[in-house]
Amino acid sequence: MASSHGTPPVFNNKVIAWIDHRLPVFSYLEKEYNTFPTPRNFNYFWNFGAIATVMLVLMIATGIVLATNYTPHVLMAFDSVERIDRDVPQGWLIRDLHMNGASFFFIAVYIHIFRGMYYGSYKAPRELLWILGVIIFLLMMATAFMGYVLPWGQMSFWGATVITNLFSAIPVVGDAIVTWLWGGFAIDNPTLNRFYALHYLLPFIIVAVVALHVIALHVHGSNNPLGIDPRGPQDTVPFHPYYTMKDGFGVVVFLIVYAGFAFFAPDYMGHPDNYIPANPLVTPEHIVPEWYFLPFYAILRAIPDKLGGVIAMFGAIAVLFVLPWLDTSRVRSATFRPIYKWFMFVLVIDVVVLGFCGANPPAGFWIPLAQVATVYYFFHFLILLPILGKIERPLPLPPSIADAVLKKKAA
Amino acid sequence: MAASTIPTGGHGDPTRRDFLMVATGALGAVGVAATAWPFINNLNPAADTLALSSIEVNIQPIQVGQAITVKWRGKPVFIRHRTPEDIKVAEAVPMSELPDPQTDNARVTDSAKKVRPEWLIMIGICTHLGCVPLGNKPGQDKGPYDGWYCPCHGSAYDTAGRIRKGPAPKNLEIPDYLFTSDTLVRIG
Repeated sequence: MASSHGTPPVFNNKVIAWIDHRLPVFSYLEKEYNTFPTPRNFNYFWNFGAIATVMLVLMIATGIVLATNYTPHVLMAFDSVERIDRDVPQGWLIRDLHMNGASFFFIAVYIHIFRGMYYGSYKAPRELLWILGVIIFLLMMATAFMGYVLPWGQMSFWGATVITNLFSAIPVVGDAIVTWLWGGFAIDNPTLNRFYALHYLLPFIIVAVVALHVIALHVHGSNNPLGIDPRGPQDTVPFHPYYTMKDGFGVVVFLIVYAGFAFFAPDYMGHPDNYIPANPLVTPEHIVPEWYFLPFYAILRAIPDKLGGVIAMFGAIAVLFVLPWLDTSRVRSATFRPIYKWFMFVLVIDVVVLGFCGANPPAGFWIPLAQVATVYYFFHFLILLPILGKIERPLPLPPSIADAVLKKKAA
Repeated sequence: MAASTIPTGGHGDPTRRDFLMVATGALGAVGVAATAWPFINNLNPAADTLALSSIEVNIQPIQVGQAITVKWRGKPVFIRHRTPEDIKVAEAVPMSELPDPQTDNARVTDSAKKVRPEWLIMIGICTHLGCVPLGNKPGQDKGPYDGWYCPCHGSAYDTAGRIRKGPAPKNLEIPDYLFTSDTLVRIG
């Protein structure tokens, strides 16, 4: 099928042919999503890009519908959200889908990021593809944070307070920046208004960066579980119907779990304090961000210095930008990296531990535990990866994807 | 004219055209910056937000050892009527023990330089990441230094509201205030 890649398709339908001659959208779809040669050995980890895309579309669709009933004003925001839940036809459903959609979008993206790390998808020639992904991740975090502020509950208000105050750690101009972000001397109506405007804008910027991410992906095609490049038509299958079906199946399974939460446990991943209207004079006993921010929140709190904590937290994401150059091993897939494979699992455990540290009060053994886990996180990227690539002896790579797949089948 | 000082001719030498390119580019950059400024400055506090409101508080009903919280500019302000014990403890702390050294006296002086150590008036916002510390209401955790304790990230303040332990870098901020009489204080 790869041989057909590159020859312009012939359309029998006259209307389609007429349009395509002037605006080649059908040729594009044909080339990039129909005949597109794709490695034949994907496992289910390769579903999560498509799943994340579906979640992005779902978030925009539910978000636009919610916006038609939401009022971005400090005196009315909380009540307008309650009204959506109680009075607006199917408002409860749209809101639960949006609320849990954020969590499931992050679940999909975290698995997608793990996939990229485990199978070395960030390595040459896909460094920019990876960097665009990190940018999408950052934009998602900003969007999710501002969205969580909109219901104007206690967690909304105090989460926003803590996060915007991070910028006050910047020397000299920090306080001026915070006042600028707030549009006042505390989080108030101007802040809510601008967060609403940006929360509506950013998803469309994410769509644009996702488009760049996909364009970059289609230059060299997808990585695969073996981490070796396809060498010919015997190593690939056309994207359609093989991966449209496999992605479609994965999307449906994922959506079942998502719908289960949205219908039966819509507040499981939320926080009860956010059903108390925002009160600028009372901080909740225990402020926690949404679960998907917990590991980074733990890193922030692990450093007993304000500026240091902020730098470490942003550094934890910034380090991902240079990951393609920190990992010195030429072998992509952890399948053939006997030592890296185990350290990859240790990193996952480390991030989960950080998550628990972030969810618990900053007292007792949680503080030293968070500190150890933070040190390990940076050790993995900054020290282990550069050294490991030099000292690890990778297993022999199979001669081709087809060879490995057929041998496995025969065995 | 600056242009006349630029030599013309000669391969690689800056020409009149180079000068015009640079000058146009520079002017364009200034134009872009000047146009961007209103968009950026637009996000700063508006005039009504800036209009400095001040509040007057009657402190007479606050008993020794009691504290109240009032709202000023959208922020909580703590007013504590300190006990002689509180004051003695705060004054006895050596400066070397303080991450943000400040004498107790400096923290109880109003804008007319009047010192009333029994009244501690501070903005009740943790200087770490902006939570409202506990300890202003009876029964709340006052932390290891018997002042205030921020549950968000574990910062502890002493009886003068000075940071003693935890990630907060500074003492609790003192707003501008003035005792207009024995029983009235104006904040702001």
